[in-house]
Amino acid sequence: MSRRLDTLTELLGPAVIVILVGALATTASASNEVYFLNALVFVAIVVAIYVFVGISGVLSFGQISFVAVGAFAAGVMTVPVDSKKGVLTSVFPLLRDHSVGNVPSLLLAAGLGGVFAFVVGLPLMRLSGLAAGIATFAVLEITHNVLREWTKIGPGATTLALVPETTGALQATLGALVAIVVAFLYQRSRRGRLLRASREDPAVARSVGVNIHLERLLAFTLSGALAGFAGALYVHLLGSITTEQVYLELTFLTLAMLVVGGLTSLWGAVIGALGVSGLDSFLSRAEQSHVHVVLTFTLWQGTRLVFLAAIMALVLILRPSGLTGGRELRLRWSLRRGRG
Amino acid sequence: MSTIASVDLQTLGDAFGQGAIYALMAVGIGLVFGVLRLVNFAYGQLIMAGAYTLAYTSGWPVAASIVSCFAVVVTLSLAMDRLVFRPLRGSSPAVMLVTTFAVSFFLQALALIIDLRDGTLGQIASSVAPLNQAVSVGGVDVRKVTFVAVGVAVGALVALALVLARTTIGLHTRAAASDFRTARLLGVRANRVIAFAVVVSGLLAGAVAVLLTVQNPFVQPDFALEDTIIVLVGVVVGGIDRLWTATLGGFAIGFVSVLVNAALPTDKTVFLPSVVYALVIVVLLLRPAGLFAWGRRAAVERV
Repeated sequence: MSRRLDTLTELLGPAVIVILVGALATTASASNEVYFLNALVFVAIVVAIYVFVGISGVLSFGQISFVAVGAFAAGVMTVPVDSKKGVLTSVFPLLRDHSVGNVPSLLLAAGLGGVFAFVVGLPLMRLSGLAAGIATFAVLEITHNVLREWTKIGPGATTLALVPETTGALQATLGALVAIVVAFLYQRSRRGRLLRASREDPAVARSVGVNIHLERLLAFTLSGALAGFAGALYVHLLGSITTEQVYLELTFLTLAMLVVGGLTSLWGAVIGALGVSGLDSFLSRAEQSHVHVVLTFTLWQGTRLVFLAAIMALVLILRPSGLTGGRELRLRWSLRRGRG
Repeated sequence: MSTIASVDLQTLGDAFGQGAIYALMAVGIGLVFGVLRLVNFAYGQLIMAGAYTLAYTSGWPVAASIVSCFAVVVTLSLAMDRLVFRPLRGSSPAVMLVTTFAVSFFLQALALIIDLRDGTLGQIASSVAPLNQAVSVGGVDVRKVTFVAVGVAVGALVALALVLARTTIGLHTRAAASDFRTARLLGVRANRVIAFAVVVSGLLAGAVAVLLTVQNPFVQPDFALEDTIIVLVGVVVGGIDRLWTATLGGFAIGFVSVLVNAALPTDKTVFLPSVVYALVIVVLLLRPAGLFAWGRRAAVERV
């Protein structure tokens, strides 16, 4: 009974907080709403990264490649056909002459992200440690380079504009929930547990017959599909996008969110994404206007990043296992301490 | 025919120059990794701080400007160790790496604030610019900085090799790099060895700052960021567990990028990163422990 309660909390905690943020978004003013929606899309991206990095314990800098592929696939395929002839002149005729609706574009992005991750992961999942980190980083560099320079598949170095802005409060909340539920089901499944075992002790896991390469590949593919899906949510939120927006900065920011929240738990991924984007929104509003904290003062350009980076560094130094300590949400505090 | 040959020699010269600078950065990153097991992503911001110092002291005599550059970089390097690396000792590699991301962003944002005080973005560091002039060697134009870079790299590496091989602190550093806990048990003082590594890596960052501002005197907050990323990749590809393989990796990636760039057809050079990073992936798949890590199999860690 108590175990069932724990399982329920593990899913309901992240879900309830996401629904709360979604509800707040609908009550906020139009200029503030975008901060809440942004935070929800970040939840989807960070949860996608968590599915691979958090559960397998293998560092990957490559998951934003799948976000990028998802964002551009969904973006290019939802620009209305009439406008495409003007803005996407050099793409393949197949892409130029067809468009799809909002929901099919989300599914398409998830599918493409998953297939791309599977193809990349097939050779790369043999690596671990720093070699895996650098190889996945190389994937990010190649994806960015190709998306930026190959104008037959997208807008190249120019901005992709005129994408329908369909990610409102409803789609952002549902999108984040989908990512959370998929991640939860995976981490409670047999496959997820096998992968977790391989993270805790690769040698023992292998000795009891866990095929680490296969388990990592499955998680990488699932993570790629979720990342592609999150990328589609992102492009439908922004309405226009460049390749630079789904590259290094987003990679570092989302990884930092995951580590600040707590690398090894779904709860940590959600808390990290919401906490850091909340702080970021507060600071960027502060940078634009006067803020009443103790005294009224105006922050000058660059201050937002100084504070954000300093706070992240502080959290990591004082609490290396993240805000949640890498644990799932539990309601009974005494038991948690007992297990610790 | 002769023009092709001279262009090739020129490319070769550039490749050696780039490789030498990257090798210096690789030593700086590899030394700290050796004793702390920490990949310092913020290494590029040490170089950036040095470059800004050179820019802000442009009016001073060249020697004074360079000395202040070294002083600032070494101080910053020590401060980074004391404030960030020391509390993080023993944390997981992912946490340490992400914390150095945060430090890197912090320093870049701080540089942005300082830089924007005069209303424009970017400062010019021109005190050592004359080194960018070319001299003709047997019909080939080689920039002076190429000789200086190769000379500094060779000199610094030989000096470091002698210190590591012949002095007590060098012996202690090598011991700490191969097994930190055992070295401590045998009486090696951890903080001293780490301070040594941090100071040397700071000195190297200062030297790189001087060399890079010759090539690109326009200093911005993201100065040396891209170079640092490439060198980090090169260091892991070469083999980060040993200083020499790491250094060779840094040299190799600088050398190879210049050669690949020259070999690609002009309309395809935009795809240079793809080619280089595809090579990186192939090398990592074939030799995950490092391209130059001969005779060392990546053994599965025992329980």
